[in-house]
Amino acid sequence: MIPRHQKILFSVLLAAALIMTGVLWHLRQRAHQRLLAGEDSAPTKAPEVAPTEQATLLVANDADGSLLVQARSLPLPGDPNARARVLLGELLDLYAAPDAAHPVTGGASGVAQVFLLPVPSSKDSQNSGDELAVVNLTGNFAASHPSGLETETLTVLSICGTLRANLPHVTKVRFLVDGQQRPNLAGHADLTRTYLTADAVPTGGANP
Amino acid sequence: MRWTRAFIGLNFFYSIALLAALAPASIAVAQTANSAARFAVVLDAAHGGDDTGGRLASGQMEKAATLAFSVRLRSLLAARGMAVITTRESDTAVDPAIRAQIANRSKAEACLSLHATESGSGIHLFTSSLQPSQPARFLPWKTAQSAYVEHSIALAGALNSALLHDGFNVTLSRTALIAVDNMTCPAMAIEIAPLRGPDGKVTAEPDDSDYQARVATTLAAALLEWRLEPRQP
Repeated sequence: MIPRHQKILFSVLLAAALIMTGVLWHLRQRAHQRLLAGEDSAPTKAPEVAPTEQATLLVANDADGSLLVQARSLPLPGDPNARARVLLGELLDLYAAPDAAHPVTGGASGVAQVFLLPVPSSKDSQNSGDELAVVNLTGNFAASHPSGLETETLTVLSICGTLRANLPHVTKVRFLVDGQQRPNLAGHADLTRTYLTADAVPTGGANP
Repeated sequence: MRWTRAFIGLNFFYSIALLAALAPASIAVAQTANSAARFAVVLDAAHGGDDTGGRLASGQMEKAATLAFSVRLRSLLAARGMAVITTRESDTAVDPAIRAQIANRSKAEACLSLHATESGSGIHLFTSSLQPSQPARFLPWKTAQSAYVEHSIALAGALNSALLHDGFNVTLSRTALIAVDNMTCPAMAIEIAPLRGPDGKVTAEPDDSDYQARVATTLAAALLEWRLEPRQP
């Protein structure tokens, strides 16, 4: 036989548990509502997609040491720096493909940044309209680049030629690797000098 | 008697004067003959020591293949009466500036930077991509080759013709290579790539001794012709 005071205690505890369950459920619902309300206040506008444009890439070919012109439709941003980076990123992605004519296994995402700087004219140090492109390659790209005079030269020339074909005001190119100057790309091609984009002439395909 | 002595004295004076006038010309002729006789070629086997260069398909490093080719070519050139200066004779690291200094001190008629690669095919010939400039007494170190670019292109043309004539697949291009850009002589880089058949399959690796011997023989013959060609100073 259960004593009377124990029955009363059990009833009180059961009632307290039920009340606490209700309160917790209510608090959970309120937190959920607050979360939903916060999400609603976030910007919901979709990011703008750059319009697709026709771009010209100068693609290196190891078989005959040539630069072939390839036309591509790419979403190119309006900002010239970002535009140059997208172009060179697309070029180096081609070299990372398994069946590439100029294979660079670590070529994908090989361009970290491209900075376009005005080139002052030599006489009056005023802006001549020409630009110097500083191409910052990733360390992974340089480390995985095959060593060889021709293959390294072709990589450098294809980058210079692609910049010239799409951004004609870029007349000079300098290279960095992971933000630092480096003596050469993979043991041969000099990365300490300034390259002229006019030296990168396509040797195959249609002219840009 | 007095007139006879005076006549003999005058003749002696004229003889001395004539010899003095002809002497510089004789010396110049002798110098020309000496410079024609001393035809120096610099062979720069690329890489060495810690700088291994690329790895070839055979497993050999580029530094070993270039040294072997340098030794082979040196023998052939010396046998043809040329003075050969090498930048390294063993597996040692040589700074690019030292390589250029050796070449510049030798006052060579041809400076060849030797390379080997696994990519591409045939023989790759490179001259400096520097813009040609007028020779001057003092040249900027980084662009010293610019005063010799036209001679270098002529040298590359001579070697290109000889290699094509002997059936090699040749690509002729321009590049930026530190040691070559610092040289004050007709300079170029020669890169030996695998020999490939029509189907693209490799028939001889760059470190193959027979392949290297064929290339060296052709280059030696071409340099012999280059030696005999009249050139502007």
